[in-house]
Amino acid sequence: MLLRTPWSSLPDILRDPAVLDALRLSLVTATSSTAVAVVLGVPLAWVLARTHFRGLSLLRALVTLPLVLPPVVGGVALLLAFGRLGVVGRWLDEWFGFTLPFTTLGVVLAQCFVAMPFLVVTVEGAFRGLDRGFEEAASTLGASRLTTFRRVTLPLIAPSLAAGTVLCWARALGEFGATITFAGNSPGITQTMPLAVYLAMESDPEAAIALSLVLLTVSVAVLALLRDRWLRPGSTL
Amino acid sequence: MTGGTAGLVVDGLIERGSFSLRLRAAVEPGEVVAVLGPNGAGKSTLLRALAGLVELTDGSIRLDGAVLDDAATDTWVPPEQRPVGIVFQDYRLFPHLDVLDNIAFAPRSTGASRAASRATAREWVGRLGLTDLAQHRPGQLSGGQAQRVALARSLAADPRLLLLDEPLAALDARTRLDVRTALRAHLEQFTGPVVVVTHDPIDAMVIADRIIVIEQGRVVQEGTPAQVARHPATDYVARLVGLNLYAGTRDTASAVVNLDGGGTLTVSPTPGTDAEARRLLVALPPAAVSLFTTPVENTSARNVWTGAVTGIELLGDRVRVEVTGAPSCLVDITPAALADLGLERGTRVWLTAKATETIAYPA
Repeated sequence: MLLRTPWSSLPDILRDPAVLDALRLSLVTATSSTAVAVVLGVPLAWVLARTHFRGLSLLRALVTLPLVLPPVVGGVALLLAFGRLGVVGRWLDEWFGFTLPFTTLGVVLAQCFVAMPFLVVTVEGAFRGLDRGFEEAASTLGASRLTTFRRVTLPLIAPSLAAGTVLCWARALGEFGATITFAGNSPGITQTMPLAVYLAMESDPEAAIALSLVLLTVSVAVLALLRDRWLRPGSTL
Repeated sequence: MTGGTAGLVVDGLIERGSFSLRLRAAVEPGEVVAVLGPNGAGKSTLLRALAGLVELTDGSIRLDGAVLDDAATDTWVPPEQRPVGIVFQDYRLFPHLDVLDNIAFAPRSTGASRAASRATAREWVGRLGLTDLAQHRPGQLSGGQAQRVALARSLAADPRLLLLDEPLAALDARTRLDVRTALRAHLEQFTGPVVVVTHDPIDAMVIADRIIVIEQGRVVQEGTPAQVARHPATDYVARLVGLNLYAGTRDTASAVVNLDGGGTLTVSPTPGTDAEARRLLVALPPAAVSLFTTPVENTSARNVWTGAVTGIELLGDRVRVEVTGAPSCLVDITPAALADLGLERGTRVWLTAKATETIAYPA
């Protein structure tokens, strides 16, 4: 890919407003969906790791389903659920005049659906692996459960949380199938980088290669970050 | 629910899986009680019940008159609301915080500002001699240092009951000697009741004012270390505390210890013992003492003394002879030797013990 990169026209391609729009949209949506995934995923991981109730295994299956589901199928499922005629989408439309598909919010939802399991699975493993003794010690020192979670549990799983967040963000950034199915491909609104690459491949293969190079750079940077900060052997704490 | 007796009153049953432990005890403020028993006897679970980490199956726990746990009325105070500090066997220092912030954890978690809780922590850091280590992470500490930090962290919560789970078990033999003595000194400063759980009789005797021995889920003996050591109630206790323990004074760096109860013992310097220590405890296993019915000459043993037999007791496969003299001593001999020597109450005997068989450490 590096060999085929049109280095001379690269600056022009990267200065193209459409490309910048796609890049900005990608970064904004991937970051937003990661934020949503952290807010929802950490409590969810805690529930999966620490509680026992009927239906827990069903919940776990649901959470991990997107990991094995083809993203396009995920997009179809989201459309069936949140589409204007979908189970949930109908009420959203009726009560709030609010539709998700083919909006930027829809992109975030699609990315979240596909990427959150990466975070949940990573963090759940960390919760399971954590020595409960530290939390017990905190409680005997007068810390409430919330304080214990905030001052002991979270800092101790921080490396895993960071790794899960980065994985989630990277997956969201590369999301294609669910996004194009559920949110469509309108420039500036739902056309993220992977979609732009796909589109460019039809009209301007050189631009596609250039765009791919940008995504490749971002991915490698993420991997390098992971390696140096969190995946170094013996750097667990 | 306040008022009533000061100190800790436990009358409860703990059942966990295969074992059950029935305990009835009262610990007064300022008193250090050691619960001594074999591993797996439920000692740690007892501490966990006191700290509120497990519930009693039956019975109640009261501290300074307030109910902490009462199975009958379904009362149970969660650990974070109990004024109870616990030092865990593995210390459980928070690895992501330095020593100062570990100690500041309790005040910080109960509402003090960052500055105020650090100020409190600094006080404890100073009191336990941790000033040089304040910025260290737990991973950089030695066992003895980590234990002091764990103790400081518990004390910084200003508890009214202090619990220690096998406080010396995680230390190597050399460190134990120093830490044991230092721990005793720190515990003397604490004004509330202290419960120490251990399987090591020497630890119990050095640290505690009173020992509660548990065996097969119930209390088999209770008394001062001297009482428990001198008059074991069961074969188990005798085996557990199977040694003579003497307190004494020596001249600096001398090997001869003048015992408080009369007599002297020549000891071998124990590695790691402070050579300057003048007050010593000397432990002597009964099996290390040789007993003769005629005056002893030509012996390599450094300690030779005489006394009279005041008691003979069969302990399983051996005979424990109680000899009153200076010092008085328990001696283990075989049943065959008992027959050969023709011992009886009042028989005059000569005892020998090698200096290398003594265990001496600072009191």
